[in-house]
Amino acid sequence: MQMIPPALGTLARPAPIDETPGPAFEQLQRKHKLTTAEYARVKSILGRVPTLAELGVFSAMWSEHCSYKSSRVHLKRLPTEGPDVVVGPGENAGVVRLSGKLCLAFKMESHNHPSYIEPYQGAATGVGGILRDVFCMGARPIANLNALRFGLRSHERTPFLLENAVKGIGDYGNCIGVPTVGGNVSFDQSYNGNCLVNAMTVGVIHEDHIFKGYATGQGNIVVYLGSATGRDGIHGASMASGSFASQDANSRSTVQVGDPFTEKLLLEATLDVLDKGLVIGLQDMGAAGLTSSAFEMAGRAGNGLYLDLDQVPVRTTAMSAYELLLSESQERMLMVVEPGKWSELQSVLAKWQLACTVIGVVTDTGRVQIQHQGRLEVDVPVDPMTELAPKYNRPMQPRSAPELSGPALNQAATAAIAAKGGASLLLDLLHDTGDKLPLYRQYDRHIGRKTVHASESQGGAVLWLRSEWADPSEPYLGVVMTASCNERYNRLDATLGAAHAVLKSARMIAACGGVPIAATDCLNYGNPEDPEVMDDFSRGIDGIGLACRELNVPIVSGNVSLYNETDGQSIAPTPMIGMVGKLNDVRLCPLAAPTGPVALFLLHGNHVTGEFGGSLAAKALGLPLRAGRAPEIDWAQEREAMDFLRALNSAGQLAVARDVGDGGILTTAAKMALLTGQGLTLSLAAVAGAGDLSSYFAEVSGCYLIALHEAGAVAGLRAARDLHHCSLTPIGTIKSGADICWGEWSVGVDAAHRAFCSSLILS
Amino acid sequence: MNSLSVASSTPKFSPSGKLRIGLVQFPGSNCDQDCFDAMARHFAIKVAPVWHTDTALPPLDAVILPGGFSYGDYLRSGALAAHSPIMAAVKAFVGKGGAVIGICNGFQILTESHLLPGALLRNASRRFICEFVHLAAGAGESVYQKTLAAKVSQLPIAHGEGRFFIDGEGLKRLQGQGQVALRYATHTGQISPQANPNGAIDHIAGIVSANGRVFGLMPHPERATDLLLGGSVDGLAVFEAFLSSFT
Repeated sequence: MQMIPPALGTLARPAPIDETPGPAFEQLQRKHKLTTAEYARVKSILGRVPTLAELGVFSAMWSEHCSYKSSRVHLKRLPTEGPDVVVGPGENAGVVRLSGKLCLAFKMESHNHPSYIEPYQGAATGVGGILRDVFCMGARPIANLNALRFGLRSHERTPFLLENAVKGIGDYGNCIGVPTVGGNVSFDQSYNGNCLVNAMTVGVIHEDHIFKGYATGQGNIVVYLGSATGRDGIHGASMASGSFASQDANSRSTVQVGDPFTEKLLLEATLDVLDKGLVIGLQDMGAAGLTSSAFEMAGRAGNGLYLDLDQVPVRTTAMSAYELLLSESQERMLMVVEPGKWSELQSVLAKWQLACTVIGVVTDTGRVQIQHQGRLEVDVPVDPMTELAPKYNRPMQPRSAPELSGPALNQAATAAIAAKGGASLLLDLLHDTGDKLPLYRQYDRHIGRKTVHASESQGGAVLWLRSEWADPSEPYLGVVMTASCNERYNRLDATLGAAHAVLKSARMIAACGGVPIAATDCLNYGNPEDPEVMDDFSRGIDGIGLACRELNVPIVSGNVSLYNETDGQSIAPTPMIGMVGKLNDVRLCPLAAPTGPVALFLLHGNHVTGEFGGSLAAKALGLPLRAGRAPEIDWAQEREAMDFLRALNSAGQLAVARDVGDGGILTTAAKMALLTGQGLTLSLAAVAGAGDLSSYFAEVSGCYLIALHEAGAVAGLRAARDLHHCSLTPIGTIKSGADICWGEWSVGVDAAHRAFCSSLILS
Repeated sequence: MNSLSVASSTPKFSPSGKLRIGLVQFPGSNCDQDCFDAMARHFAIKVAPVWHTDTALPPLDAVILPGGFSYGDYLRSGALAAHSPIMAAVKAFVGKGGAVIGICNGFQILTESHLLPGALLRNASRRFICEFVHLAAGAGESVYQKTLAAKVSQLPIAHGEGRFFIDGEGLKRLQGQGQVALRYATHTGQISPQANPNGAIDHIAGIVSANGRVFGLMPHPERATDLLLGGSVDGLAVFEAFLSSFT
């Protein structure tokens, strides 16, 4: 099979766009989200006025979503290297070595804008997109995670968004057969008009069989694989690069429609053809569809491409070149194939009943040239498209200080708690952050025969890998996966909040006995043209960088989602972190909640300083959102606590472990008890500087609630004598038949259990 | 060490001789690899893949129809798979007394193919449900019922359309002929509406054919073969019964 481009000089050229100054041209420019300066750059690259299709191509490729034009100058400050990093940022997914030749390929990506418009399809196609990013590198996906942010529960759109986003995630993952094992969900008023759906996929891959998307070899054919192209999702990338007005919730035509069955076939077919060595290059047609996959593959290889759009399979009639190039129809791949392998490729793909068509050829022109119905619709040089893509160092302006100082907010919170009563507050917090099973129950968590723990118990997700590629001395090798970000801390302090996002994941991994290996970031922020948002973003990068360096965790992949704002209201900064950790022996992995009675210990810093800034209690009490301080981080203490947990675990002494999170020590302990319907007796009197009512609800960093195997308890305590920055203090018991009691206060276990279980009851 | 640290238990059943078991792969099958893996690890049996477009089965002693979303489960779960080329051969195999186990989507394919009676409807909650359930064996003479009667089994389910339904006549026949193999139950084996996750009629989770050779069930035995993966190895007994059903 060969494709020989026609003599391009003989092709007619479509008329250039009409750039006569006036309302029509202004509207065209606005629709394509190109500034006057960017449009001038388009013309200088082309040396002429663009065609409409070319304008669409530039608009998509230079969108914030595809070009990272506002974020690139900051992203380079992230630490991306480490001895186990095999593929860092810039590819479809990052890859790290876990054991022997066994590597993990993973990435997290946002699908926020489509999910607000049409939550079922938006969330489903978000899962589909991140799965393709991972399997087009040759990795087999083994787990999905998701991080969801919705507006307040009382907001009219929240129940609809929650119900349908969860259903979309479940239906897609369940059908394709990848377990959905972890993640998190929370509710904050800043997401009232702009929910977040961040999806993460983790895959396994052999170190010597990692595949990258390059369009090399002149004369090699360009093959289109998968679903036919329709009009869905046209300009999705541009939509994701602009702000919302509330009426845009009706702009459904820009949302793609997912088909997990086709994706399952595409997954198996892709791994099959990669395994058989039948393709040279491969790229998902994701954001900006055919356009971005063509330019990215040609760009990486330093080659050109000729494409014949008349060959593209379509599912509707009379599609223009513009529509064919910008459609974001799902479940499609672009492949570069040696002509001699075409017939074997066809027979493999026929087995999976997937359509494949030759639509182009690799050239030496350094240009992407696209023919449609006898006309040369696009003729654009590849390098300037990426090299001369706009890159902005946008103005930044630090936010004003929070409304109240840390001590002032803590004082206000103490008074408000006393007025409300601890029992009433605890019930509110349990309702806000209670049982996640109503969501997880809708996700197939067990398929693949690897799931040791999914996150319905609110710890990290643990998989037993049983891979023949791993070092044979580690038959019980496991991976821990997490996703975390506290938007309330980030609203107060974009640096410290981002550092907390990294730290929380690392703590969850340590609480499973694991060592963090690498992370992915999904950076959700508001409008970058707002100097305060841009300053938040820059600080977020600094916070992530700081924490990653302190904890020795490189960032190997990621995604930036800006313009998360509606009607001028930006979301709270939400640098979502996904992390993977290594577990030497899954048999030793502690539980996140006890199944029977246990004595509870608090592993904590020697100087516990609880804060109410950004706390769940402050939210429940209606205190100002931008007030006070987030908990301070003592890196030496954090590292020591993690090392101690891992040491206890390796010694087989750790039965239960959980990092103290939202709602403070009492809320975390109560959730551990209530997961199995048990009661709790807790006292912080023996913990330095704690014991009054508010100390039970204040939020702290570096603390864990743990229970030891009975025989190990004494030894565990003895080991704790070697701690320098931490202490291990007995603080109570969990047992059935008891109420939830702390200090001199209590609430009935039944009422507490009801509040806990009502957290995510769907309509 | 906690109870989970016990390594996967050794199966009690170690069949002698070479068993020839085939597994039909439909487009959209997604529990096929799990079944291959479970049979290989725990029974040292290499199950042979059979492709849905094949018109004949190789020489086999038994067939597995795995879980998944065959043909996307478009139209109705299992409806398109029931008309795939290989199913004519599976029907002929059953006609000659061949042994078949259909798990989840495989059960749906068995009812759509009329190899087992009844139908599997959308869950009463109208939501997909993934959780471990308890199951009590029904009364009957099949090797499945005899094997599984030993204790209350704990197996995971994962389905959106698992509500077994059959008309009154059909239900009476199933009950009368001892074809109800598994019912959703409490952990002590009590049958109760609270223990029924999907609204199945008579709490039915699995049924056998009149000759006891064709077994369909919604729960996934292949996911309950290692203590580390959810704490139950009760799936092993289901496979032991399957292997005994033709040996």
